[in-house]
Amino acid sequence: MAEFKQADSVLEWFDQRLGVVKFAKVMMTEYWIPKNINFLWAMGVLLSVMFAILLVSGIFLLMYYKPDVNMAFDSVNYTIMQEVGYGWLFRHIHAVGASVIFLIIYIHMFTGIYYGSYKKGREMIWISGMILFMLFSAEGFSGYMLPWGQMSYWAAYVITEIFGGIPLIGGDLVVWIRGNFYVADSTLTRFFMLHVLLIPLGIIGAIVLHFYALRFPHVNNVDGEFFDFDKEAEKYMAGKHKESKVVPFWPVFLAKDFFVLGVFLVFFFYLVFFHYGFAMDPINFDKADGLKTPAHIYPEWYFLWSYEVLRGWFFPVGPLSGKDLGLLAFGFANAIFLVMPWLDRSPTVKPANQRPYFGIWFWLMIADLMVLTLFGKLPPTGPNAWVGFGASLTFLILFIALPFVTMAEAKKAKGK
Amino acid sequence: MINESRRGFVGKAFGAVAAVGGVASLLAMKKTWDPLPSVMSAGFTTVDVSGLEANKLEIVVWRGKPIFLLKYSADMKPTDGRSVKIGEDYFSVMIGLCTHLGCIPAYQNEKKDFKCACHGGEFTLAGVNKFGPPPRPLDIPPFKLDGVTLVLGEEGPEYKAMMAKA
Repeated sequence: MAEFKQADSVLEWFDQRLGVVKFAKVMMTEYWIPKNINFLWAMGVLLSVMFAILLVSGIFLLMYYKPDVNMAFDSVNYTIMQEVGYGWLFRHIHAVGASVIFLIIYIHMFTGIYYGSYKKGREMIWISGMILFMLFSAEGFSGYMLPWGQMSYWAAYVITEIFGGIPLIGGDLVVWIRGNFYVADSTLTRFFMLHVLLIPLGIIGAIVLHFYALRFPHVNNVDGEFFDFDKEAEKYMAGKHKESKVVPFWPVFLAKDFFVLGVFLVFFFYLVFFHYGFAMDPINFDKADGLKTPAHIYPEWYFLWSYEVLRGWFFPVGPLSGKDLGLLAFGFANAIFLVMPWLDRSPTVKPANQRPYFGIWFWLMIADLMVLTLFGKLPPTGPNAWVGFGASLTFLILFIALPFVTMAEAKKAKGK
Repeated sequence: MINESRRGFVGKAFGAVAAVGGVASLLAMKKTWDPLPSVMSAGFTTVDVSGLEANKLEIVVWRGKPIFLLKYSADMKPTDGRSVKIGEDYFSVMIGLCTHLGCIPAYQNEKKDFKCACHGGEFTLAGVNKFGPPPRPLDIPPFKLDGVTLVLGEEGPEYKAMMAKA
């Protein structure tokens, strides 16, 4: 065994056994963050805090929730909402939190796209982030089923039905996923398991990977500037704080983050206490009924854009039915962001406003996503169906065009 | 050298054992997610149609879906390839979900047709779409005839003949 000296302090005792001093340096006081960043760089910390809030409120809900088709609805709407002390608060925190975490995820994601933070060695940060987005989507979907209201039931029905479009095995696959011929008790219990255990485990693992992936290429900055982090860190440690381009994660970067976090939490709890209605669909206060379809079925706002891509295709082209086309477009839309680092063929790392073609592309993409989101909520009839189709087609064209747009941009930059 | 090859052999042997175990556990996990035997046996619904009244819609539940059973009166004409003859009478046997977005259409027994309240789709008494957004007629569930008993969930010769025509 290694030689152990008598420790002079509690800290030294732990340091001898767990290397806490070195650990704190690596994770906090000597983890370097660029100086030239803005408030959009605080979203990572906001997301970590939101995940913790969802985890804690979820643990409290879990104590009273009953995953059974006969008991689920009342365990939420009667027991938790009316009997459990502050049960309503934990439910509203959990529901509003699920909605708000997607808002921050989208801000975080589009910040990455705007500043080109997925390029040149940062590919793994981007990919692990997109894996997190997919896991959070699955977590949101499985959790939405649990209150067992009408919207829970029919969202589960429509989304599991999507797998039926896969050739040959589709029909059997849907029955396998549901554990029954329709959305039933077996479906509820297995999605309950996914929501409270398997997907959260996956999320925690992906968060660790996401943070780890940051350590090598380091955080991007508002100018897309590359510099030697070791050299800048040396300057900082030598006391030249002004001259150095970096600051330590703790206490300097986090101090600024805590301010943004403070503002955000005021906004979040304002929603929780005074404006929670947007996260509580009135239709979901009717108990699930497999024999009564609500007039309009729509997902929560954060899934509307991809739902509209799925729905936009309502007529057959050649041998493919509208449903098949929608399914293909939906698969494309959900996978395409993952390969973003390879679709952008320009080597320049710069914010979009300093990139002539990509800047236009970026805002067109944002505008298209907004149109998709707005029309995803409306019934798909008359002119709405055509707007949906147009926006859905535009989405595909934008991403197919991206390699060409960025190649042209790279050529132009070289010519200068 | 000898040590190396021994280590290599142990590694390969472990790999083989682990692969067999891994595949076997995946199979077990897949089976755990399969519908239970009780669910599979509940996938068949048996209905005695002899007691049904003409021109009055009967709804039974099969695999969580509403099934329309409509006995024709003398003035209701059967549709070839969609109306089922059981004994002396004709019946409509259809899944009662609108082919547009899955709402349940209502039967109007004076007009002798179906109307969907969600988006205004209309179907004939045999379930053929005649107005509005529905893209195709109401689906026909697999069935088998056993005298005056209808077994939903099993494909009988009458069902197969109908599907061949459609």
